[in-house]
Amino acid sequence: MAAGGLAHAGSYEDALPAFTEDSLSDTGEAITKVAASGSPLAASLLEALSDARLIYSAAEKRVFIKTRSGALTDAATGREISGSPPADIDTVRVNNRLRIAIEAALGSLTLMAPDPKRRLDAAQAVFKSHQENVLPALEKALEAETDPRVRRVLSEARAAVLLAKQDTSAAAKIVAIQVVRDRGDLDALALLEGLPADLPPDVLAAANAASANIKNTLAAWDGVQNAWYGLSLGSVLLLAAIGLAITFGVMGVINMAHGEMVMLGAYTTFVVQEAIRAMAPGLFDYSLMIALPLAFLVAGLVGVVIERGVIQFLYGRPLETLLATWGISLILQQTVRTAFGPSNREVGTPSFMSGVVDLGGLAITLNRLWIIVFAGVVFAALLGVLRYTTLGLHMRAVTQNRSMASSMAINTGRIDALTFGLGSGIAGLAGVALSQIDNVSPNLGQSYIIDSFLVVVFGGVGNLLGTLVGALTLGVANKFLEPFAGAVLGKIALLVLVILFIQKRPRGLFALKGRAVEA
Amino acid sequence: MITRRLLEAPDGRGWQFLAILAAAAVVVPVLNVFVPQSSSFHVTTTTVALWGKYLCYALLALSLDLVWGYCGILSLGHGAFFALGGYAMGMYLMRQIGTRGSYAHPILPDFMMFLNWKELPWYWYGFNHFPYAALMIVLVPGVLAFVFGWFAFRSRVTGVYLSIITQALTFALMLGFFRNNFGFGGNNGLTDFYDLLGFSVRAPKTRAVLFSLSAVALGLGYLLAQAVVRSKAGKVLIAIRDAESRTRFLGYRVENYKTYVFTLSACMAGVAGALYVPQVGIINPSEFAPGNSIEVVIWVAVGGRGTLVGASLGAVIVNYLKTMFTAGMLAPYWLFVLGAMFVLVTIFLPRGVLGLLRRGQHPGNQPSAGADPSNARGLTPPAASGLAGSRASSTPSHSPCVGEGRLAQPAE
Amino acid sequence: MLVSSAIERPRETTPSLLYLNGVTVTFDGFRALDNLALDISHGEMRAIIGPNGAGKTTMMDVITGRTRPDSGEVLFDNGSIDLAKQDEAAIAELGIGRKFQKPTVFENHTVEDNVLLALEGDRTVRRNLFWRPNGHTERIGAILQTIGLKAQRDRLAGALSHGQKQWLEIGMLIAQNPKLLLVDEPVAGMTDAETRTTAELLRDIARSHTVIVVEHDMEFVRMLGVKVTVLNDGSVLAEGSIDEVSANQRVVEVYLGR
Repeated sequence: MAAGGLAHAGSYEDALPAFTEDSLSDTGEAITKVAASGSPLAASLLEALSDARLIYSAAEKRVFIKTRSGALTDAATGREISGSPPADIDTVRVNNRLRIAIEAALGSLTLMAPDPKRRLDAAQAVFKSHQENVLPALEKALEAETDPRVRRVLSEARAAVLLAKQDTSAAAKIVAIQVVRDRGDLDALALLEGLPADLPPDVLAAANAASANIKNTLAAWDGVQNAWYGLSLGSVLLLAAIGLAITFGVMGVINMAHGEMVMLGAYTTFVVQEAIRAMAPGLFDYSLMIALPLAFLVAGLVGVVIERGVIQFLYGRPLETLLATWGISLILQQTVRTAFGPSNREVGTPSFMSGVVDLGGLAITLNRLWIIVFAGVVFAALLGVLRYTTLGLHMRAVTQNRSMASSMAINTGRIDALTFGLGSGIAGLAGVALSQIDNVSPNLGQSYIIDSFLVVVFGGVGNLLGTLVGALTLGVANKFLEPFAGAVLGKIALLVLVILFIQKRPRGLFALKGRAVEA
Repeated sequence: MITRRLLEAPDGRGWQFLAILAAAAVVVPVLNVFVPQSSSFHVTTTTVALWGKYLCYALLALSLDLVWGYCGILSLGHGAFFALGGYAMGMYLMRQIGTRGSYAHPILPDFMMFLNWKELPWYWYGFNHFPYAALMIVLVPGVLAFVFGWFAFRSRVTGVYLSIITQALTFALMLGFFRNNFGFGGNNGLTDFYDLLGFSVRAPKTRAVLFSLSAVALGLGYLLAQAVVRSKAGKVLIAIRDAESRTRFLGYRVENYKTYVFTLSACMAGVAGALYVPQVGIINPSEFAPGNSIEVVIWVAVGGRGTLVGASLGAVIVNYLKTMFTAGMLAPYWLFVLGAMFVLVTIFLPRGVLGLLRRGQHPGNQPSAGADPSNARGLTPPAASGLAGSRASSTPSHSPCVGEGRLAQPAE
Repeated sequence: MLVSSAIERPRETTPSLLYLNGVTVTFDGFRALDNLALDISHGEMRAIIGPNGAGKTTMMDVITGRTRPDSGEVLFDNGSIDLAKQDEAAIAELGIGRKFQKPTVFENHTVEDNVLLALEGDRTVRRNLFWRPNGHTERIGAILQTIGLKAQRDRLAGALSHGQKQWLEIGMLIAQNPKLLLVDEPVAGMTDAETRTTAELLRDIARSHTVIVVEHDMEFVRMLGVKVTVLNDGSVLAEGSIDEVSANQRVVEVYLGR
């Protein structure tokens, strides 16, 4: 850069007075000159210009940069001015066209920055702006570049500039189109679609072929993205339904208040976060970890109380249980509404869960990723509890033959309460996870109850693996129906499909063998 | 002959009920229209409209009791049939607005103008004629119930499974009606009505007549339901409720009986909805809300499941309480009361208020407290009374199916 | 004569009322019925015995359409009707009536209404909506007389004693007037006197009907005095008179060896 700087020495200072003319076209020329000057001060001047921190005095023909702390420096020297500034200072105006030019200029300036991340961003900026005048800087940067990723983007940027340039040969343009095509993202597509129509026919044909190619690739990525969304929705459904699979599937209890257990879990998260904000803000990143056991306990205890207080009197009467638990859900909702108000409560996201990771054409939000992992862990843990613990053994025993279990000294009442508590506690855990992606309001649970019932019924009652498959199938099916039918119609279509499915296989996907239904 | 069947159906309590309805249908409008407002005997138009609404709810409860109380079908989607009847009436009322709407279009309702629609969707055709609308009020809920029942009952979807898919049905309809492009006014639904058969729906006299009509409709609905219940087919329905497979083994096509009674009940709910809409002046998609349909169940449960008078009574009691609570400062507590009602009635009052009054007497055709326990109990050996039990599990030694996350089935 | 294997008979010439051949039913790997063969002639009364889990009830389930066999033939009325293709209601309409192991009556209906519902006649919705009593009262009275429940006519069936429920169910079977009666454990929980009465009643019914009786009570089976089929592990172990089968070594092993 030093060589370039020397070659154009002086032109930086020469360009400055043009900023004092208060004319957009003069400013534009000045930007190009400053960018080409190679002066070490050029970047900070352009940044200031873009942030409306470039000040001029028409009377003194001087330009100042206002630093972020508010002090004025002389743009020509970079030193802070002594004494008071001139009386007639004003900000140098820019418009959108100039902003693009500034960005391009900055891009070319940072193309050789020491930090590869900055070079990459600069190359991307050049790709988008593809201003002709950056070409020399680009060529130079390409020569010097060693990082393969930056190199690739640089060559893409160069191709973009070549494409935009009037006097590039048709052959070179076709080569450039290949490069842009290989980039294959929305920006590449926009660039190709934005090419002027008066290009030579072979170039146009290449461009069309390339954009069709990109569209196909993007469609494929769209499919992957949909599958990802579906997986994500499926994991949410799994979390909501898994507790239900215990209470409904294992115990045969229709718990309409199941959604409210989820809601209690979400509110527990809210309370935990409030407490942390008030007492130990440093622990915020751990708030969910702290909320998880508490939510399990809160929802689980409420579950035990419901089972002992109401449901135990209604065993063998599923329809009555359904009504009574619906009543409980109304009471729980209204209690929470009274305590926390009817509106949505803000639940924060810990830093490790926020952000997006790009994987090819796939944008993966971290909170969704964590929820998928969490759903998997909860599912596995539950399977483990049922299969390997004494509680699980007793639960299965009571489920299969109550009187036999009872005569083998299993306290069936206690097992009922614990089973129900376990199912409710898992709903509480789901609430912690759902607080990250859904509105935490008293109605939170309502939106999940029908879906979770459908998952359990679809997967096959009493079959946890069925619940897993059911949740994922419904999640993915929902997301793939959406693009065709829209969100609401997609949902309706799915409901209708599940209704038809239940007609066909009333015992769900993984029904135990045996012929059809009996009341 | 049909009239004779209808008239010989009611018992003593039934006649009392009909007499009260008849008296109300005559006396209330008279007290409203002809007695001066200054008189203490005057009944305000607000009260008339309110009680007219209760009567519509009572008819809805009656229709639900017919399927739940007498045939064991716990429909959690009856609000959908009520709302569909209401929409059919609403569509007629919308077409009567004519040029009086904000956009003053002679044919298109305001909301369609607002959406820039150029012509009436085909399914709105004919709704300017009252007889056609009246037909649709019965036909649309009826056909939906028939198709739904045809599929569900033929595949032997019963018990809670049926309840849940009826719930999903009304939920799906709600989502649909919320959409603007469905052509039913989206969120706002249908409202700002003017005329019904040339009479202003806002006029007190029309309100009074609508009240009477609601009372008459409830009375007729009662007679019809009672006639069905008292017939031999009614005995079959109760047999199905108490022991479905046993009935099937006697050669009755259970699915036909269920489809029949479900369809009839949906038609009655549709009529209730149609009478409801002009009295409250609006129909919107929230009528399809799953919670609404479940609330109807508690009306029936409070009044007394399996007694037609009880179901009607329950609807009036619960809704009267609701009005009392939600009007005053007790409003925030209403949901507690309603919730507690669900819990307490199912545990302590399985036969409802009427069952309480009737305690010690001949229990007649009241269902046993349980849903349909005799069904499961009677036909499956105790060792395998799980859901999976079903037909397959009649062998006591069938249960080697545990493990791999596959757990035994809930009892039904 | 002891017959422990299936009697092979060409399908079209089957003169039997009920003909089961090679019937197998599996529940999750467990063979409830294993290549079962059974042949019931017109007008015959047959007793079926066997230990718990031998497949007696499953066999009834297969005949009445409650369980569909995995393989094998279930033919009715001289082989003209394949029962495996019919559902419960259709089979009942064909003329097969069943009394369940555990008495299943309509507890919220009166004794009279229970019999009325069972009475042979049109089962369609429309007919039953506009149904009028027409000589039915006398017929019901006669049936109640036969089963000794005349005094209980207007009581709710749920209020009957266990034995009375058993009889009511038999009465319902009579009312159905089926070609074939399947009677599952008719004397479970009955006193000796009641058992004798029931045996008489069944013998009486058997004069005009074909009857299959499943029973544990050997004494009762002896009273019936008919051909006995012994089931074990889902297939026929032995067939013959009660004396023949109780002398059979394998039958003794199965019963005592448990």
